[in-house]
This record gives sequence, C-alpha cells and structure tokens, in this order.
Amino acid sequence: MFVLIVGAGRLGSAVAKSALAAGHEVSVLDEDPLSHERLDAGQSKSWEDSGGQFTVGTALEIDALIQAGIEGADVFIASTAGDNTNLVIAQIAQRRFHVEKAIVRVMDPARADWYGEQGLQTISPTKHAIEMFKLALEPEAVS
Amino acid sequence: MYAIIAGAGKVGRNLARELISKEHEVTVIESSRSCYLANEEEFEHAIQYGDATELWVLERAGIQRADLVIAVTGDDEDNILVCQVAKEKYLCERIIARVNSPRNHDHFRLLGIQPAVSATDLILRLIEHEVPRYGLVHLLALEEERLEIIELEVTADAPTVGEKVSDISLPEGCLIISVLRGGSGFVPKPDTVIEEGDEVLLVLDPGLEESITAYFAPNGQPAAF
Repeated sequence: MFVLIVGAGRLGSAVAKSALAAGHEVSVLDEDPLSHERLDAGQSKSWEDSGGQFTVGTALEIDALIQAGIEGADVFIASTAGDNTNLVIAQIAQRRFHVEKAIVRVMDPARADWYGEQGLQTISPTKHAIEMFKLALEPEAVS
Repeated sequence: MYAIIAGAGKVGRNLARELISKEHEVTVIESSRSCYLANEEEFEHAIQYGDATELWVLERAGIQRADLVIAVTGDDEDNILVCQVAKEKYLCERIIARVNSPRNHDHFRLLGIQPAVSATDLILRLIEHEVPRYGLVHLLALEEERLEIIELEVTADAPTVGEKVSDISLPEGCLIISVLRGGSGFVPKPDTVIEEGDEVLLVLDPGLEESITAYFAPNGQPAAF
C-alpha cells in the first residue's frame, strides 16, 4: 500500500515510521525540513535508506502534493497542526485526486464528528483523551 | 437580513460598517483577543470573541438563522471551513469567501465555496481593463449562472468593421449588450454599424471567448489567466 502522510509532527512521524516498518511504501510531506530529523531519530538507518520518501512543501500546494506522490496514493493521512488545514487537504485528496482512503487528525471533537458524517475518516485525539480522563476519574480507578 | 462575518480585519470591519449602515443585522466573529477588544467599543454587541471555525461559536452567533455568511479572515483554510460548514451543516443559502492567495482559488471551487473573492484577481482584472494590449477583458463572470460579460476592442482587420449589428451572425450564446464609442456607451440597435476602435461589451456562455475574439479582434490576444 502507498501511504502519503502530510505533516510530520509527533503524530505524523510516528505513524510514518510504523507504516514503513509494516512494509508499506511511505511518503511524507512537511513544510519544515527539520521534520526530517524526527523521522531519522532513534533509527539505525536514515529515513531514505530505510526506503521512505520525504518532500518539503506546504500541503495546499498542488505541486508539492503531486511531487510527494499523491496521484499514486492509496491512503492519505492529514496530520498537520491545523484542524482546518487537515480537513481541507483531505477533501482535496478525495475529490481532486480520488485517493480511496483519507484519514484526518481533527483535534476539535465537534468538527471531527460532523466531517466524519460527511465521509471523511476523522480521528480526534482530544476525544480519546477525554474518554481516558473520564475512565481515570471513575471511583474504582481512583486509589 | 442577518449576516455573520468571520474576521474583523480591514475587510470584515468595513463590510460590517457598510451592512450596519444599511440597517442589516450583523455579527462579526474575531478570534484574536486584541483585535476583538480594539473593535468592541465601536461594534458593541455586533462583535463576538471566538474562533469562527468552531461550531459552538457559530451557533452562539445564531448561524441557524443567518441569511448570509461572509468569511474574510486572513487564512484560506479557515475561510473554506467556515463557509463549508455554514452551507452544508447549517444550510445557509448565501456564502461569500475571501481568497487570500490566488493559488488557492481552485480549492475553493473544488469544495463548492462560491463566490470566492480574491483581491489580487480583482486588481489584475482592473489592470487588464486599463491596459489596451489585451484584446479581451473579462468584466464579470457569474460562475453559478454560467454567464460572463466581456469587453473587446474592435481592431481594423476585424470582419465586423462596417457591418450592421443585425447582419453579424454571432455564435449561439452570445449577445452584444453595449458599445462604447468616443467615451460614451450605448445599447446598439439593429442598424448600428460597428466601427474600428469601438469597445464592444458582450454577454456569453462560458467557453466562447476564443471564437468571439475572431469576430472583433482577430489578432488580439485573449487575456492571460
């Protein structure tokens, strides 16, 4: 499977590494060249030597998306720091490039829910954190 | 009419003033605390502090009853989001978005955010209007209605020079609506004769620019977009 990940922060870079380790073809797009170091960190070989691809560019630039290989992508992951950027680029991936599966990180649970109903696969870390905190507060969990 | 404006920058503020002076109800939403505070004195209850891309902020502003949502923040993704949510979630009938970077115009179109207004594009059009070497000028494009109005300067070698309007058979979907000659404009009659140097205004279906140029300015270059 060819996976394109836009935004290589803590989340994007970790997902990129595990996808590559799982045997997928992985391309990462990030506007900050320093993000490349995050992909190399803690690895015995560099990101490229391990078979990964890295492109510097902003997510709304069609040229950058094409250079990063969006036309051949099976899965598109939007994991930049901005909810709105993620939601917009995931829709571009779906509607313009017809990427089959678009997964979007959306911090805001309300926007994650609504866009989830519109056909995007949204993941809201905030929502998961809220559940964890609720569980941690339950009487039997409080020691 | 009730209008919600996202963004209290120069554009948002002036739009709000204009709409309020025309007795419309307006709520401006501004996400920067300092910008909100700077405008609160003038706009009072007509400005709210918050991020207009958050659903609860839009709901607090009463988006369910808004007739018009205008997104004019400095961030194109935010403008797209506000308008998309307004149109598709809250079924607001009229939206207007500002395009900050002309390169993002395609994204607005792709996601159905129309009309999308770009100041850069508007200035470019004005320049084209002022610079005569362009044979054809787009004056107005109504994308939803699929109509545009263009202007052409008639060149000496045009086949229509010396012809009566009634004798010119234009392609289907074109109509001459006005002729500018010697500094004034008039609506042509069937017996109006087209002269070299006339500026002809036409309304057309999109896509006919090329073929219509041949009638009035065969060697004029279409405006570059």
